Amino acid sequence: MEVNVVSQNKDLYSEEFSINMGPQHPSTHGVLYLDLRLNGEVVTDCVTHIGYLHRSMEKIAENRTYTQFIPFTDRLDYVASMNNNLCYVLAVEKLMNMEVSDRAKYIRVIIAELNRVASHLIAIGTFAQDIGAFATPLFYCFREREKIIDIFDEICGNRLTYNYMRIGGVQFDLPKDIDERIKYFIKYMRSKADDYEELLTNNIIFLARTKNIGILSKSAAVSYSITGPNLRASGIKWDLRKDEPYLVYDKFQFDIPTCENGDVWDRYKVRIEELRQSLKIIEQAIAGIPEGPAVVKPGRIYKPPAGEVYLRTENPRGELGFYIVSDGSTCPYRLKIRAPSFSNLAVFSELVKGVKVADVVSILGSLDILMGEIDR
Amino acid sequence: MRQSDIFELIKLKFPQVIQDELTKAIVVPGDQILGIAGFLNSAEFSFNNLHCLTAIDRKENIELVYIFYSFKIRLQITLKVCLPVDSLEIESLTNFYRSTDWFEREVYDLFGVKFLNHPNLCRILNPSDWKGFPLRKDYSYPDFIKKAQY
Amino acid sequence: MAVIEKIPGSQLIHKLPGGGIVLAASGSVFKWAKSSSLWPLTFGLACCSIEMIAAGASRFDIDRFGSGVFRASPRQCDVMIVAGTISVKMGECVKRLYAQMPEPKYVIALGNCAISGGIFYHDTYSVVKGTEALGIPVDVYIPGCPPRPENLLFGLMKLQEKVKKERYAAK
Repeated sequence: MEVNVVSQNKDLYSEEFSINMGPQHPSTHGVLYLDLRLNGEVVTDCVTHIGYLHRSMEKIAENRTYTQFIPFTDRLDYVASMNNNLCYVLAVEKLMNMEVSDRAKYIRVIIAELNRVASHLIAIGTFAQDIGAFATPLFYCFREREKIIDIFDEICGNRLTYNYMRIGGVQFDLPKDIDERIKYFIKYMRSKADDYEELLTNNIIFLARTKNIGILSKSAAVSYSITGPNLRASGIKWDLRKDEPYLVYDKFQFDIPTCENGDVWDRYKVRIEELRQSLKIIEQAIAGIPEGPAVVKPGRIYKPPAGEVYLRTENPRGELGFYIVSDGSTCPYRLKIRAPSFSNLAVFSELVKGVKVADVVSILGSLDILMGEIDR
Repeated sequence: MRQSDIFELIKLKFPQVIQDELTKAIVVPGDQILGIAGFLNSAEFSFNNLHCLTAIDRKENIELVYIFYSFKIRLQITLKVCLPVDSLEIESLTNFYRSTDWFEREVYDLFGVKFLNHPNLCRILNPSDWKGFPLRKDYSYPDFIKKAQY
Repeated sequence: MAVIEKIPGSQLIHKLPGGGIVLAASGSVFKWAKSSSLWPLTFGLACCSIEMIAAGASRFDIDRFGSGVFRASPRQCDVMIVAGTISVKMGECVKRLYAQMPEPKYVIALGNCAISGGIFYHDTYSVVKGTEALGIPVDVYIPGCPPRPENLLFGLMKLQEKVKKERYAAK
């Protein structure tokens, strides 16, 4: 490996130093390998290596039926499994021109937004832990997340990889008393979100670590195809739930939070505000949910007509897209997963040039990536 | 505005494009992709967001699929390029869209398509000494345990 | 003084001013100390790592078993909890990490993917079919996809029993 000599002063000879933030590291949010070149404390270059969790899901999909692939979509973005299920199931339904009942649409919205809250809690908790607020925000966020997981446990039986959405509806109907529990949770979570803001948002040390660091400009964000809270923190007001509504999102009132600078603090602030807006959506959906059938009987093997579809939905991390090519048989001919974190991570090596080593960790935490969907 | 309107506008400038019957995608010859990408990126349409780039193995040729998006006119269009299996080379679009850097590396890793003038074309998901292109239909590997189909 | 009379074998207790002391074989004291302070390595690979973090959080609290101190460096830890799918590219790193851990070391395979490849067994070219396929000896297998944190705590208790049953040869 070449080594750049930085100064050849006869009193002081220095050269660049190369550090591996290797695949096993507590702050890299999974198995990510960063090859950093340092000049003292300042990063001059960063090469990102991915692929340490490549599980070849796209090859598996060519040999599974459409319903058999739903558990694999759980394992993509394993913190927001319901949203991944939803995007895949919507894509197959569009390919087959299938209509879904209203009750199923409302249930899907409630579940997807609850999972968005859970995912943002993990994002904020692990981000604060990496910055240095060791364990307190993390334990608080996991405590709240356990309440959401208890609700999901009662609905579908699992804690992390739910496998709940089906082509044409959902797997089980909501239990009878679940809306009381969800209303209680919304009230509880609102006060806790205010707690987190009090702890972190205007804290002097937090501001010093996050303001004016890792600034992502609007043009870079669009050119790198960044989506999700990272795009909204750079000032572009774009959310698929408002701009290209799917399911029944057009019936609800909610705001799209944006910020102007695009630095690390803005990305954190956008996520906290989105948490509150998600609670607002769940409240309206619970109040307006209609009666009717929502459950799909198991056992049917789907054979969509030959054709292609590309469908995007708004995941907590960005826009997840499924591109499915069908040739009329029971298995897809080609299935491509367009993961939001894949494009979000590509901008990382640009953002990191010229910052100190400690800021590398805060920029990586604020981008909120997940290796399960980058490597698929 | 719809995809067929964009197709008509592209056809005025680049007469060799055709529209696919089944999927309504715009099929483009491989040597004109650079010109068409520049045309789409221009301020009038501003398709300045390459959302997805992937490939499909159709046994005698490999189809590249480009999905562009425009925030201004809120439209998503699909472009396709068919490359014969024995000459898998095409120009890279990294100068126009920075997101193509990693997308093209992934297509090279999984299908073997070479992108000319790419800044760093090497494998991204598999180890760098991997042999073969896994997502092709004729790929086989000693440890590959196939699941029986119904 | 009343407490000392209730302990069996109390005629072996040496009386000191201020209280009594209990004698035991030094091997069992060492084994009790070793089993109650197994420090894990932060080695979350995929989905099971979220359940491992949840086991460390306040609801399930792995710290009461002595294992709450997750160390990042393999040189400072006792047990490697392999949580998640091992891909071929990562297999070299796993072997190197295992080799860097000092003796005595233990391995817990958490989740179906670490046991045998899990749902990624068929039709993949890039997943190692379990930790044993890499050549690493595993002490406790915890099945589940993902296993609940209570399962991880039960597996940890089984590992503690295994440590307590070890025989020491004359070293």
